Amino acid sequence: MARAVSTRRKAAVTALAWTIGILIFFPIFWTILTSFKTEAEAVATPPSLFNFNWTLENYTTVQDRSNYGRHFLNSVVISLGSTFLGLVIAVPAAWAMAFVPGKQTKNVLMWMLSTKMLPPVGVLIPIYLIFRNTGLLDTRVALIIVLTLINLPIIVWMLYTYFREIPGEILEAARMDGATLRYEILYVLTPMALPGIASTFLLNVILAWNEAFWTLNLTAANAAPLTAFIASYSSPEGLFYAKLSAASTMAIAPILILGWFSQKQLVRGLTFGAVK
Amino acid sequence: MGRITLDKITKSFGDVQVIPPLDLTIEDGEFVVFVGPSGCGKSTLLRLIAGLEDVSSGEIRIDGKNATETPPAKRGLAMVFQSYALYPHMSVRKNIAFPLRMAGMDQKEQDRRIDNAAKVLNLSDYLDRRPGQLSGGQRQRVAIGRAIVREPAAFLFDEPLSNLDAALRVGMRLEISELHNRLETTMIYVTHDQVEAMTMADKIVVLRAGLIEQVGSPLDLYKHPRNLFVAGFIGSPTMNLIAGEPARAYDATTIGVRPEHMALSTESGKWTGKVGVAEHLGSDTFLHIHETGLAETITVRADGEVTLRHGDTVHLTPVEDKIHRFDGEGMRIS
Repeated sequence: MARAVSTRRKAAVTALAWTIGILIFFPIFWTILTSFKTEAEAVATPPSLFNFNWTLENYTTVQDRSNYGRHFLNSVVISLGSTFLGLVIAVPAAWAMAFVPGKQTKNVLMWMLSTKMLPPVGVLIPIYLIFRNTGLLDTRVALIIVLTLINLPIIVWMLYTYFREIPGEILEAARMDGATLRYEILYVLTPMALPGIASTFLLNVILAWNEAFWTLNLTAANAAPLTAFIASYSSPEGLFYAKLSAASTMAIAPILILGWFSQKQLVRGLTFGAVK
Repeated sequence: MGRITLDKITKSFGDVQVIPPLDLTIEDGEFVVFVGPSGCGKSTLLRLIAGLEDVSSGEIRIDGKNATETPPAKRGLAMVFQSYALYPHMSVRKNIAFPLRMAGMDQKEQDRRIDNAAKVLNLSDYLDRRPGQLSGGQRQRVAIGRAIVREPAAFLFDEPLSNLDAALRVGMRLEISELHNRLETTMIYVTHDQVEAMTMADKIVVLRAGLIEQVGSPLDLYKHPRNLFVAGFIGSPTMNLIAGEPARAYDATTIGVRPEHMALSTESGKWTGKVGVAEHLGSDTFLHIHETGLAETITVRADGEVTLRHGDTVHLTPVEDKIHRFDGEGMRIS
């Protein structure tokens, strides 16, 4: 039975939700706003909300000073590449863990998750040295490898949770019907898990796109993605808030748009399994 | 053809042996029902035959050929699962076509077989729907259709009716029996419901803890249960089992009397008791008699017209030549 909710309570909860929503969104909103101000207006006190001279100057300056296109391309290649590679490794792994679990499956999963608790800086030096010695430093390949490894536990966990929801009997039926393992995964498992695979894909593209620690530390000029592009505007010779904001806006815009269009899929993916 | 022989097969999960060495032969065209309480290993046995589980030792032969190591699809068996296990993202037609597609059959033959199966199972109007748009009974028919089109050596049914409501279950039971009569293909059917076993089977295999307690025709099991377990399991309402002094009078440790073999009288009889609950089914009345000194409750089948009420005193007399006698080990004394 549905619980009766009073109008006043509803109004209060709605107001609270809006307040939290606005608080979370405000920094992004302010960044976008600042990107249209002049440097002087950007640091003016009191700051003006809409009452300033709107200008696109920052965008043209940023475009002149650095190569947005190259950074953007690097971001796309690195985030898509690491997500694809991760899925190729994780789908069979999650299949095995979900449908033919062994005694150690739970432990392996926990162990994978525990690697996410390690501060990345703890392995920075060895990874840096390995990449330097193999000549992979400042290459997209290096970042694809690192980001795949970093996000693999999350990809496996998400797919595992999804696959667990698929009744094993359906896969057994496929086996009885003559499907080989390849067909079983291709024709039965994957179509049934497609919503899950899609949200895993989206989430990991976003995670890889936003990843800043490794992308900043392992790149210089060639493979630098948009995170490095933003960072280059927070230089030691004085901050240029308006230009930094313009760079940030340009860097987050693609992923913000992707997130906006896929939010339904993302929410469904993240809450999957919570309600049967 | 579908003659299946199980030769000393065993199955262990880790250290636990769920199927001790077991021998069984299922003849071509037979309708065999594996029945037993939950956890008796009947589903495991079916999955061993299907190839979904590997046997720990022993041999499975299908039509004389050793199939122990053969993968499920190559055994020529079709299975219908309890949960139907339909592919939710495919239409009914594609579901039924899936095994044919996997076998690489040409499109014309596929269509012919699908249309045939759809006609037999009354699914012709639903071929373009998804499983999610069908009722439970229709889904079960699709699952059966997917099995039929393969023209398998034998059908394996794993509790196929337990997800259906009571009325539908009776209907589907008849449909499966009719299907067997028409196809004359071997069918192995697993259920915990002894009524399903009695009504459908040519041969019933009663299992307990992985062991075969008795194999025989439904009436054979009903009339000559080999031990107390089978006596208590087969038949509804269950056989009245009486131990102690009344049994010793018949040179047995326990005697069994079926509800219909207990004569009822309000005047005189061998044993006396009081009516507890009277279940009026119209055609019959089942009386649960207490305070007999024989067992907690004695069930008696009486005429539908009986007007006895709660608390009435009645006299019971067993039909002498229908009494089943069991020894101290629970085995039948013949």
